[in-house]
Amino acid sequence: MQKNPAAPAAASPPAARRDFLKQGCAACLGLAAVGTPAAIGTRVFLDPLTRQTTAESFVKVTTLDTLPEDGTPVQYPVLADRRDAWTKFSQVPIGAVFLQRQSKDKLLALSVVCPHAGCFVDYEEDKQSFLCPCHNSLFLKDGGLKDQDSPSPRPLDTLEVQVRNRNEVWVRFQDFQLGIKEKKPVA
Amino acid sequence: MIKQVLAWVDNRTGLGRFTEAFLFQNIPGGSRWRYVWGTLLLYMFLLQAITGFFLWTAYSPSTQTAWESIHYVQHEMVGGWILRGLHHFGAQAFVVVLVLHLLQMVIYGVYRAPREVNFWLVLGLLPLAIAMSATGWLLPYDQHGFWASRVPIGIMGVTPVLGPWLQKVAMGGSSFGHHTLTHFLALHAGLLPLCVALVIGAHYYLTRKHGFADVSKDCACPDEKYFPAQFLKDAAACLAVFIVLLAFVVVPALQHPNLAPGVHLGAPADPSEQYSAARPEWFMLFLFQFLKYFPGGTEVWGAMVIPGFIGTIVALMPFVAKWKHGHRFNVLFIGTLLLAAITLGRIAVNEDNKDETYLTAKAQAVVAGERIRQLTTERGIPPSGAAALLRDDPYTQGPKLFAKNCASCHRFDGHDGTGHHPLTTWTVRQGETWETVAEFRFMKPEQLRDLNKDLSTRALKTGDNLTVPVRPWAPDLKGFGSREWIAGLLDPAQVDGAHYYGGTKFKDGKMSKWVKKNATPEKAEDLKKVIAALSAEAKLKSQIGADKADAELIKQGRALMTGDLACTDCHSFGKKDPDATAPDLTAYGSRGWITRFISNPSHPDFYGKRNDRMQSFADKQILDAKQIGLLADWLRGEWYVPPKSVAK
Ligand code: FES
Repeated sequence: MQKNPAAPAAASPPAARRDFLKQGCAACLGLAAVGTPAAIGTRVFLDPLTRQTTAESFVKVTTLDTLPEDGTPVQYPVLADRRDAWTKFSQVPIGAVFLQRQSKDKLLALSVVCPHAGCFVDYEEDKQSFLCPCHNSLFLKDGGLKDQDSPSPRPLDTLEVQVRNRNEVWVRFQDFQLGIKEKKPVA
Repeated sequence: MIKQVLAWVDNRTGLGRFTEAFLFQNIPGGSRWRYVWGTLLLYMFLLQAITGFFLWTAYSPSTQTAWESIHYVQHEMVGGWILRGLHHFGAQAFVVVLVLHLLQMVIYGVYRAPREVNFWLVLGLLPLAIAMSATGWLLPYDQHGFWASRVPIGIMGVTPVLGPWLQKVAMGGSSFGHHTLTHFLALHAGLLPLCVALVIGAHYYLTRKHGFADVSKDCACPDEKYFPAQFLKDAAACLAVFIVLLAFVVVPALQHPNLAPGVHLGAPADPSEQYSAARPEWFMLFLFQFLKYFPGGTEVWGAMVIPGFIGTIVALMPFVAKWKHGHRFNVLFIGTLLLAAITLGRIAVNEDNKDETYLTAKAQAVVAGERIRQLTTERGIPPSGAAALLRDDPYTQGPKLFAKNCASCHRFDGHDGTGHHPLTTWTVRQGETWETVAEFRFMKPEQLRDLNKDLSTRALKTGDNLTVPVRPWAPDLKGFGSREWIAGLLDPAQVDGAHYYGGTKFKDGKMSKWVKKNATPEKAEDLKKVIAALSAEAKLKSQIGADKADAELIKQGRALMTGDLACTDCHSFGKKDPDATAPDLTAYGSRGWITRFISNPSHPDFYGKRNDRMQSFADKQILDAKQIGLLADWLRGEWYVPPKSVAK
């Protein structure tokens, strides 16, 4: 049929158009067939991005009497109820804080998480400073950066702290974004 | 018959022709050892796929079961430790083979046309292999994996714009949890191996398509077929590598027959438990070290921009090679890179080996790993997971609680419970000498000089800064309540020394005076009975045998305490004495006594108003009942001891 020399000139445009339509349809159908399940899957996969985490509220960490009068920072685990996907944990460790007295009843709470890449910092008694065991960021006792060459982009993160009922120390436990200059809570 | 079947299959599928072309491909100039790399890479991948598959059949990704299932594989299932060991070392071997292959391609110029794509494929395997190993660390969910994985995830966060999103997607939430494990497993055992398989497959296909690398014309070597000539070499190389890996797994187990065999599995992950020895795999140490040189805020450069730039240069090598000295430049460049990476890696190792914190953390990790194995092997793991077992274990928690709450005054065998001897700086005051400073801290002047080598040759001046041990303000509690401990207390030479009342306000108190006056050599026999009697009150596990054997002695001792030796003049013993001014000796050193004492030492049963500086730990809510119980159990040496078969 195609060999007919007269036919192509007349039949060609509609045939080409028909072909193009066919190709287009084929592509669309194929894409829809594969793409839809993939899109549904991706949506499920991205669920954590849109999930509202309940704002971290204050947690009771310890009592005032446990804090050394001389202002030495002491590390405390933070226990709280936590929801991890399907499991509800009650009173499990969710992290830790360093607490210290700045005066008789003024407290400073520092997150133990190094703002560089998230390692757990140590308090070095003899140097009166915090040292990160991973890439050696050095922080002052009040959490400030000790030297500007430290890999950490910002001082240790302070956490809100309250004394309730005269003796109980409550801390608002939060995670902050790592590796950036500003202190931004992880949403 | 068989021939017919084969012919039929070939006719319908083309499999026969394919196999023939593949197996009997002609190799110009014959087989070569340096052609084995491609196959070796494929083999390493197969090894990982096989071992990985079987690990997968026993693995359960969730925060309460991940560690537990790997523990079970490693310590309970027959051959589990070998399987895990092979997978562990195989991952490292994969990277080694990959790097060597890449090196070989550059050195022999095998990236030149038409093999550019082939070169890129091998290069592309590098990030894939790193991603494989980074996702694999976390899966056992032990302390090491948990903390080591946080760093790459933290670094992910500095990606411009997308960072926080990426992090959240990777972790499956805003912190580590079940979904981090399910995600990492899906990547580690699903998506990434698929990519690696495709890339390796393509690489292998292209190697064959372009034929084996050309051989210099003057070589008079005859051509050979792939099978069996090259195949033999390939197979031998693969087997050799496998035997080396197997040796890595098995030899340490043979060398230390009394340890649990296999690659170390640390204590289960615990976000509130510090771990200062988190390091990436050795082949990533160079990057880890590299990152240390980037001050805050410039991390993107170290973690992404520079590595990306270097990667691009390497990828462009096939084109650079076209220039006059291009190939030489390439060889030089890759050599320098390798040298730099090795140097950085070595610096990292050297720094760690000098780092006290790292070394202690590492040693503690081994101890904790061994302890959790003992705790779980015989008794199984409760549904809440293994981490809780460690949290309730006096042997693990006692030292930590002691160091944090007691060691500011007490010592335990001279240290703070964890083996640490607390030091501090002392500024010398007017009139102090080596001797006076040393005496105040219960040490010899020589020991003090040893601690301060730089000053030791001269006399002290006001204002000198000395490194000194923290002065113990209260008794050393190692063996509290045992016969040895009580014998020391009743020894005139020791009662006001560092181990007992030396640092307390009771240094010259009634008890001290009584001991000095009454504990004379003539009374040695009586004292021995009293010691046995008082110590029996503690009902220590370590003394069950002795207490039973000396029942008669103990009876006489009890009589002496209320009679001749008149302990009951000040203490209650047996029955409550409202006029007692000193601690109650009934059940002295028992679990109940110790917990009540720690809860409130100022209680009239104990020191009452005369209490020195000790806090009322329960009344002031410094410790809760569970923690006090853990401390008491630890001081009394009461913790789970596995039967011999497990302890080995
Ligand atoms: S994580 Fe603290 S310095 Fe890198």
